[in-house]
Amino acid sequence: MLSTDSDILTTAEAWVREGRSVALATVTETWGSAPRPVGSHLVIDAEGNFLGSVSGGCVEGAVVSEAIDVIGDGKLRMLEFGVADETAWQVGLSCGGRIRVLVERVS
Amino acid sequence: MKLALLRALNAERAARRACVLVTELGSGAQRLVLESDMVHEPLLSDPLWPVLRESFRSGKSGSVEQDGKALFLNVQVPPVKLVVTGAVHISQALVPMARELSLDLVVIDPRTAFASPERFPGVRLIAEWPDAALEQVPLDHYTAFVALTHDPKIDDPALEAALRSECFYVGALGSRKTHARRVERLQATGFGADDIARIRAPIGLNIGAVSPAEIALSIVGEIVSVMRAERVAAKAAPVS
Repeated sequence: MLSTDSDILTTAEAWVREGRSVALATVTETWGSAPRPVGSHLVIDAEGNFLGSVSGGCVEGAVVSEAIDVIGDGKLRMLEFGVADETAWQVGLSCGGRIRVLVERVS
Repeated sequence: MKLALLRALNAERAARRACVLVTELGSGAQRLVLESDMVHEPLLSDPLWPVLRESFRSGKSGSVEQDGKALFLNVQVPPVKLVVTGAVHISQALVPMARELSLDLVVIDPRTAFASPERFPGVRLIAEWPDAALEQVPLDHYTAFVALTHDPKIDDPALEAALRSECFYVGALGSRKTHARRVERLQATGFGADDIARIRAPIGLNIGAVSPAEIALSIVGEIVSVMRAERVAAKAAPVS
C-alpha cells in the first residue's frame, strides 16, 4: 500500500521520538501538470532515509540533499523545481509542471 | 516545526478533527488552528478567519498573502468514512467503489453469517448490533451513513444514531412504502420533520439502478454529489 500523507506526519513524529534528526518537506504550490498535490509530504532524516513523495520520484533526490542541510542549520528553505529552472530541469520534472517545496526541521 | 506542534497536529488527525497548520513562509512562524476554535474569540476577529473557513470547507491546502506576508495553510481534514448497516450484496458491491474513492468503509451487521470476512475480505466489519458497534465508530461531520439491511431491528437504531449525529449524508434503502413505515416509526420515537427530511430515500441518484452494483453506484454517486454540493450548484447555475 502507498504511504498516505497522514502516515508521513505520524512517521515524522515517530522518527523524532526515536532520537533521529528529521526534516519535513511539503508541496506548497504547483503549476501545470504537477504530479503531487499541494500538501504532499516527504519526511527525511539526517542519513538521507525518506518516506513519502513530493513529485512521484522526479525531484526527491534534490529535496533530500537540501533537507540534510536544513537538519544541519535549522533554517527553513523554499525550493522550486520545474521547466523554468535549468538545474531543476536536470533533476527533472519531466511532466512539465512546476512545484514549490517548503523544507523545515522538526525538533 | 516544533515537535509539540506536530504532536498536536497528529493528535487532532487521530481524533478525526479538522485543523489547519498556518506557516509564515518568511519567518517560519507556525500556529495550529483547530476547527473548534473557529466559533470563539480571538479567532472570530482574526483577519484570516474567512480564508480559514474556506480551507475547512474545501479541505484544500494552499498559499495566501496576508498583510504582505506569504502564508501557507496546510489543511488537514479527516478522510470521509462510509458506515453501512447490512453486510448484504449491495455492501459487497460498495467495497471496490469505496476503495477507489478513498472512503473508509465500515460494515455493521450482527448476523455473523452475513458479516463474515470471507464475504468482505479486507473490510472493517463489526458483527454487533448498531448500539454496540457505533460506540467503536463514532459518527461525525465527515461520515456518510447508509442503512441497507431492510430489517428495522438493525437499521432503525443506527438510523436514529445517524440522525442525532452530524453525518453529512444519511441514506436508507427501501421502497416508498417501506420508507413511509420507517418515517412513522421515527415520528413515534420523537424525530421531527427536519430530522426525517435528512434521510435520502429512496436512496441513491435516480439512474434506474437494478442490480446490487448499480444500486451501490447510485449510492456512492449521491454521496459524492453531497460532498461536492457547491460545485453541483455552481454548474447548475444559469450563465449570466
